[in-house]
Amino acid sequence: MASTIKPAKDLNAVRALIKKHKKNDRLFSVIGIFVIAALAIALLVLFLDLVIDGYPKMNLEFFSNFPSRKAEGAGILSAWVGSALVLTVTFFVAVPMGVAAGIYLEEYAKKGWFSDLIEINVANLAGVPSIIYGLLALGLFVYEFGLGTSILTAGLTLSLLMLPIVIVSTREAIRAIPVHIREAAYAVGATKWQVTLHHVLQYAMGGVLTGIIIGMARAIGETAPVITIGALTFIAFLPPAPVSEVMPFINFNWLDAGFTVLPIQMFNWISRPEHAFHINAAATGAVIIILTLLMNGLAIRLRYSIRKKIKW
Amino acid sequence: MVSTFNKAVLATITTVVTTSVFAADIVKIDGSSTVYPITEAVAEEFQKETGIKVTVGVSGTGGGFKKFCRGETVISDASRPIKAKEIKKCDEAGISFIEVPVAFDALTVVINKDNEWAKEMTPAELKKIWGPDAQGKVMNWKQVREGMPDQPLKLYGPGADSGTFDYFTEAIIEKSKSIRGDFTASEDDNVLVQGVAGDKGGMGYFGLAYYVENKDKLGAVKVQNKEGKFVEPSLETVMNGSYNPLSRPLFIYLNATKAAFDPKVKKFVEFYLDNAAKLSKEVGYVPFSTAEYDAIKKHYKTLKTGSAFKDGPAIGLSVKEILEKAAD
Repeated sequence: MASTIKPAKDLNAVRALIKKHKKNDRLFSVIGIFVIAALAIALLVLFLDLVIDGYPKMNLEFFSNFPSRKAEGAGILSAWVGSALVLTVTFFVAVPMGVAAGIYLEEYAKKGWFSDLIEINVANLAGVPSIIYGLLALGLFVYEFGLGTSILTAGLTLSLLMLPIVIVSTREAIRAIPVHIREAAYAVGATKWQVTLHHVLQYAMGGVLTGIIIGMARAIGETAPVITIGALTFIAFLPPAPVSEVMPFINFNWLDAGFTVLPIQMFNWISRPEHAFHINAAATGAVIIILTLLMNGLAIRLRYSIRKKIKW
Repeated sequence: MVSTFNKAVLATITTVVTTSVFAADIVKIDGSSTVYPITEAVAEEFQKETGIKVTVGVSGTGGGFKKFCRGETVISDASRPIKAKEIKKCDEAGISFIEVPVAFDALTVVINKDNEWAKEMTPAELKKIWGPDAQGKVMNWKQVREGMPDQPLKLYGPGADSGTFDYFTEAIIEKSKSIRGDFTASEDDNVLVQGVAGDKGGMGYFGLAYYVENKDKLGAVKVQNKEGKFVEPSLETVMNGSYNPLSRPLFIYLNATKAAFDPKVKKFVEFYLDNAAKLSKEVGYVPFSTAEYDAIKKHYKTLKTGSAFKDGPAIGLSVKEILEKAAD
């Protein structure tokens, strides 16, 4: 490096130096491409393998049939409805709590040992193995609160899992907002809440949504905590509909219903002796990966379009 | 793919919306993953026929009894008899139960397709291989029997939570849960299949259904029975009782109060016993004889509670013996 500061005696030496550094640049980008390609290929191979194995089952009946002992007629209706309802609960619990907690910690909490402690804990929670949440939920929600093995319990359990992701991403998104945006708002007399609601949160929305969707994508594939709280394996009927024809048009009975979810259905099929069930399992796996990819794609798309709208 | 999915969503939203009131009384079943395929088949047919809702969970035999003795389920699937400890738990909660055998499973000892030397084995030889004393010592087939080739011995078996494991140790090692520690354990029998299929010196054991499905990859060991004959596991040999000691009965346990007073449960159990022969065969298990199912129905109708195994594990009991012992 020292040679670059000295006035170059020889122009060729400088050119050689530049050339060498450019070579390093290229070398690094080649390594980078290799690493990314290796990861992408691993995912692609995994996905294609599932799709090829599960292809014979990829039809409408697979989504509209209940599980069955006959692999050909078995479908994932109760599993995907269960997954959808559980994720609905998860969404409505984890998002308000997570975003509120993120805003509080970033905007309102006094910086000190206590907020440091909370910060460390939240970061740690994101790394706790999911089975631990399952055990916590079994003791707390199922037995202590008497919620039983229901969609509500599963939704709450998965929202515990998702909370740290939402909190951390909310905080990071808020932190990325330039301080003069706030100062400008304060300067024209806005209160703290107005600044937070009208400016900070608006501009941070892209990052917040990304965190939410990535958290949901993680929750959809979780098996361990849902098995721990006692999700069912065979259920050939649907929970009561959330919408009804009579007043008040919405009912919450479904929260109390038994359920199964996609990963459990897949797990059950893969452990069966008959090969035909393994095809069903592969198809279910492909569905889970497609859902995850769709959600991640949506996250990227939202982040992009929200970023584009912001002008400061 | 996406559009198919959307259509399915639309198609089923209509069903979701039209599904009316959620019946609070569902026949709730949980327990063994081994018994699950039979119960699932029965539940599927029963629900189609009567419209009564049935749910089946897979918490394992032990996990199932925990829920059963808390009154959370009315029927518990079990791949082994209830244990004294579990009976006590049920007693404390004031739950009495009826023990109902539903079908046989044949534990099958499997070897690699290329294994030509271990097609017939005695229980004593199996004990020599699997016993706790073999740990770190019996590592090669040539140590098992004079004349066997110099081939490393690789063992694959179910984990310690499995009822299959319990029964195998009771029947072969003659002591429950006593086994060598240095074998590859997996709760997923398909993993065991892969292990033995890919290893010339491999040996493992699991339920008959997994062997039947993988006959092209594995060989089954003919195990010497009480009469001294080497018998291959099959539908016939299990049914005529010649495949012993590795045939084991599978059970469902009924909450006695519900079985007596809840018409839905009653209907379900009757349906179960009427169809167990056909359906258990269909999912890879071995049914009892018609006479035996008749005896079981009679036993169930008298609502005799208690277990034939209250004094500990017993191997090789016939259906008749199980019913008689439970009754006294």
